[in-house]
Amino acid sequence: MHPIRKQRLQIVLLIVVASSVAVGLMAYMLGQNANYFFTPSQVLQGEAPENVTIRAGGMVVEGSIARSTDSLEVSFLVTDGMANLRVSYSGILPDLFAEGEAAIATGQLDQQSVLQATQVLAKHDENYTPPEVADAMNKAYEMKQKEKQQQYQEGYE
Amino acid sequence: MNFNLQWTWFHRLGSPRWFYQQTQRWLPWLAVATLALLVTGLVWGLAIAPPDAKQGNSFRIIYLHVPASVVALAGYYIMAISGAVGLIWRIKLSFMLMRSAAPIGAALTFIALVTGAIWGKPTWGTYWVWDARITSMLILLFLYFGVIALRHTYSNNEAADKAGAVLSLVGMVNVPIIYKSVDWWQTLHQPATIKFTGAPSMHPDMFAPLVVMIIGFYSFYSLALILFARAEILRREYRASWVKQLVSNQPAEK
Repeated sequence: MHPIRKQRLQIVLLIVVASSVAVGLMAYMLGQNANYFFTPSQVLQGEAPENVTIRAGGMVVEGSIARSTDSLEVSFLVTDGMANLRVSYSGILPDLFAEGEAAIATGQLDQQSVLQATQVLAKHDENYTPPEVADAMNKAYEMKQKEKQQQYQEGYE
Repeated sequence: MNFNLQWTWFHRLGSPRWFYQQTQRWLPWLAVATLALLVTGLVWGLAIAPPDAKQGNSFRIIYLHVPASVVALAGYYIMAISGAVGLIWRIKLSFMLMRSAAPIGAALTFIALVTGAIWGKPTWGTYWVWDARITSMLILLFLYFGVIALRHTYSNNEAADKAGAVLSLVGMVNVPIIYKSVDWWQTLHQPATIKFTGAPSMHPDMFAPLVVMIIGFYSFYSLALILFARAEILRREYRASWVKQLVSNQPAEK
């Protein structure tokens, strides 16, 4: 390769490497601050700042949704598998909000470590399944659970 | 002279005239392939593929969103690498390709952002959030805008090309950040459905039309890039004798 072109190639590589290092350092510095939300265990371990609006997200715990009968008040638990955080919210929930699905709540923590949410977003996962397949999978899962239960009970008898 | 011999093929490849004449023959094939792929993919994806168990029919926007995003990211590499080749070898065609790639990439990024917002409203409950994936994708749009804008800030082509190429190269680091943002940070945007390693987390009946659409978007991108580059060649090489001849011959054929 011609020496001038070689030199230009080096300059091009320098630009790419230098900008990557610069942006890489910035991304590293941002680190956890660039997270869109805190997990319940982060919140309960005190990693989330207090008395300011934060976002917390996790999977909505099955059977934890409690609705008020005379208002839009709703309360539920979100979990990351290690800790549960109670979220209290008054308003309309997104269509995809459901037990066993991920949700992200924006709000402030109160004295009882309950997140008083002003907004709740549903977080979709990366899985796409046709309804029939999902039904079949759910049925298979239920069957398995029943079998397990039976085996468990039989073991006792 | 012997020193340069091995590179002559490379420089011939970079001749705008050679490119203009070669692509003339590719265009109809590429146009037919693009149309066939996009029509097949759209009909298959929007009408034949099964709905999603949770989202119902609203998931079908994936057939525009994902292909547009994928090609917008790949298109940035094409733009930046064209710019680098132009900087190193001073090949005019390379800079022309870089310039042509910018508006197409910007349009695809815009499609990705808009379709994402439209899908976000019923799914997440909001059109827009400032999470790592969406914000880095917005930066990609601004980088494309920057490369487009730089061409108009210089009166001379050479300086504009160099500046555009440098900006393209500087912005290149954003592409892997966009791709990995959903893994590095907690985002509202879900992780990748199509993975480099392992099976896609999507039912094959839904995945097949998506693949057709992605190939279709790549095909469309190639077609658009060639058409933009051909226009750019004529615009910049208007003083060349072969362009004058081409232009003067045009009315005579009719």
